[in-house]
Amino acid sequence: MGKTLFDKIWENHLVKHIPDGPDVLYIDRHLVHEVTSPQAFSALKKRGLKVFRPEKTFATCDHNVPTENQDKPISDPSSRNAVEQLAANTAENGITYFPLGDPGNGIVHVIGPQQGIVLCGQTVVCGDSHTATHGAFGNIAFGIGTSEVEMVMATQCLLQSKPEQARITVDGRLAENVTPKDVILYIISRLGTGGCTGCFVEYAGEVFRNMSMEGRMTVCNMSIEMGAKGGMIAPDSTTFEYISGRRFAPSGRQLEECKAFWQTLRTDDDAVFDREYRFNAADIRPMVTYGTNPGMGIPADGVIPDEAAGCDSATFDKALAYMGFRKGERMSGKKIDYVFVGSCTNGRIEDFRAFAKAVGGRKKADGVTVWLVPGSREVASMIESEGIGDALRSAGFQIRQPGCSACLAMNADKIPEGKYAVSTSNRNFEGRQGYGARTILAGPLVAAEAAVTGRIGVPSGL
Amino acid sequence: MEKIDIIESAAILVPVDNIDTDQIIPARFLKTTVREGFGEKLFYDWRHNPDGTPSDSDPLAGRKCSILVAGNNFGCGSSREHAAWALHDAGFKAVISSSFADIFRNNALNNCLLPAEVSGEYLEKLTAILEKNPETVIKIDLGKQTVSAPGAGEYRFEINGYKKECLMKGYSDIDYLLSDKESILRYEESHDRA
Repeated sequence: MGKTLFDKIWENHLVKHIPDGPDVLYIDRHLVHEVTSPQAFSALKKRGLKVFRPEKTFATCDHNVPTENQDKPISDPSSRNAVEQLAANTAENGITYFPLGDPGNGIVHVIGPQQGIVLCGQTVVCGDSHTATHGAFGNIAFGIGTSEVEMVMATQCLLQSKPEQARITVDGRLAENVTPKDVILYIISRLGTGGCTGCFVEYAGEVFRNMSMEGRMTVCNMSIEMGAKGGMIAPDSTTFEYISGRRFAPSGRQLEECKAFWQTLRTDDDAVFDREYRFNAADIRPMVTYGTNPGMGIPADGVIPDEAAGCDSATFDKALAYMGFRKGERMSGKKIDYVFVGSCTNGRIEDFRAFAKAVGGRKKADGVTVWLVPGSREVASMIESEGIGDALRSAGFQIRQPGCSACLAMNADKIPEGKYAVSTSNRNFEGRQGYGARTILAGPLVAAEAAVTGRIGVPSGL
Repeated sequence: MEKIDIIESAAILVPVDNIDTDQIIPARFLKTTVREGFGEKLFYDWRHNPDGTPSDSDPLAGRKCSILVAGNNFGCGSSREHAAWALHDAGFKAVISSSFADIFRNNALNNCLLPAEVSGEYLEKLTAILEKNPETVIKIDLGKQTVSAPGAGEYRFEINGYKKECLMKGYSDIDYLLSDKESILRYEESHDRA
C-alpha cells in the first residue's frame, strides 16, 4: 500500500517508537512568541538547561503588541513585560528574535514563511494553534502547549501519537468573487467545528493546485477550526517559487538539491486515507459566519439555518442569542460597526491587494471603524511600495502597524460589547474580539464590501 | 509531578458543546509570565457581569469539585495551556466529555488533569442525572479506566497506555525525552540535521 505525504514526513522524523505509546518525533523548526513561551523558558532555566538547538528556533512578538506608535514603549505594563521577557530569554539562549520595529517582525505565521524559515517536508511547531498555516508548504505543522514548548526547547523532540488522516479534495474552478477564505469557511461549515478532531488533513484537487501560497496558507491556517491537528498541501512549483530568494532559505545548488527532494513529497496514488471528503468548487460562494464557532457559516446572501453541523440545539440557540440573530434571517443587508482585515489568516499582501481592488474607487462608509493591519513589516512595506496604501488612505482608510491586533482581544484593538465586526481573522468565539463583541468571519472581499457600505453584502468579484 | 489514581467527587456540569479555550480563559488574562493564579480566571466571562460582579449564570456558583462534566468537543480553539492550568488551579482533576480537542487533551495530560472521554450516550445519561441531582458523586478509576455514577452505570474509557502510566506514576514527557538524549543525537547524525 502506498504512503501519504503525511506518512512520508512523519517517518522521516521518527526518532523512535515507544511500545503501547507515542512516537518520539524530531522537530525541524520551532517558532516562538511571547504568550506561550515565558513559562517554558523559566521551567528550562529551573532545570539548569538552555535551548538545545537554538539555530532551529525563531521568535517574534505579535499578540501583545500595539498596532500604533510601535516606536514608543508598550504602554500596558504586563504586555510590555511579556515582550521584554521574550527579548531577554531569546538573547540568553542565542535564538534569532525579530523585535518590534525590526524589518523581520510580524505575526509568527506570516513571518515564518516570509523569512524563508519554513521550507518543505519539515516538522514545524509553535505554541499557537494556527501553526497549521505552515502545512501550506507540505509540512507537518501543528500547535502545541507550553509544556510541549519546553520539551522542544530542551530536546528538539516531542512525544506524539500518529493521528488519523483525512483528505479533502476540491475540484472545479472557483468563481471570481470566491477567495481561499471562503473555501475554508465553506469546508468547515460542512464538516463542523469539531469535524476533523484527531485527524491530520491533506487538501488536494484543482482548487488548491491553482491557489497562490498566500491562499494555501489561509486554508491550512484554519484547519484547526474544524478540530484538525493540522492541514497540508503537497509542494509544487508555486511553493518552490515562493521559497526561492527568501532570507533564511537555501539558495543556489543547495536549493536545487532541496527541490529535487521536495518534488518527491506527494501522496502515492494507492495511499489510503482514514476519511475522504470531496467538494465541488462551483458550490462555494462568498461566505460569512452567523454564530459563535467557525463551523456556523453560510453564503453571504444566505439565510441563517435552524441547525449547524456538530452543534446541539441548546448550543446553537445560545450562539444566536449572543449574536442577536434569529433563525431564518438573511445575512446580507445586516448593518455592521467594525471591519478588521489582518491576522495570521488574512494579513498577507494578497489580502490587502484584494481588499483594495474590491474597494475600487469607493470610499469608506461613515460610521464604520475599519482596521487594516498588515501581518508583518514586510507586508506593510509592500502595501506602500505597490501604491495600495495611498489608494486606501485617499478612500478614507487608515493602515495600522503589524500585529495580531483585533483577532484576540489581547492588545488595545478590541471590538466593544454588542458591536458587529466583519473580521478576516479565524475565530468568532464569544468574547474573542472583546467582551460581548459579535464577530462575523469573512474573506477580504466581503470585508471590503462591508467597509464601503457598512453592511453585509456579496462582493462582485475582481 | 502529581499522580492520579481514583477520583471521587461531585461534579460541575457545563452542558454546552464546543467550549473553546477562549471561554475557559479569555486572552486578556494571558499576559502574565507565570503558571500560577489562573484558577480565579476560569470561565471568567461566564462567571462575571461586565462590571466584574458575580453573574447569575456562573456554572461554578461557589462550588468546588474535582470533576467537570462538559459538552462535546471540549477545549477547542487556541492552544493556550493556560486553559489546563486554570482548570487544575481551580481544583479540577478530571474533565468528562464525549470528545476533546487534540491540543487541549495533550495540555491536560501534561498537567495531571485527566480528560476522560465517554460516549455521547453516556454523557447524556450523566448530564441528565446531574441536572436532577447536582450533588451526585462520580467516581473515576484510572487504573480500571472507568467512570461510574449512581444511575448511570459504569463506562470504560480509552487512554493511551503510556499516558496512563505517566499519570498514575507521576512521570512527565520531558523527563522521558531528557533521559534518552542519545537517541536524539543519533537521529540528528544519521539524518544530517545537527
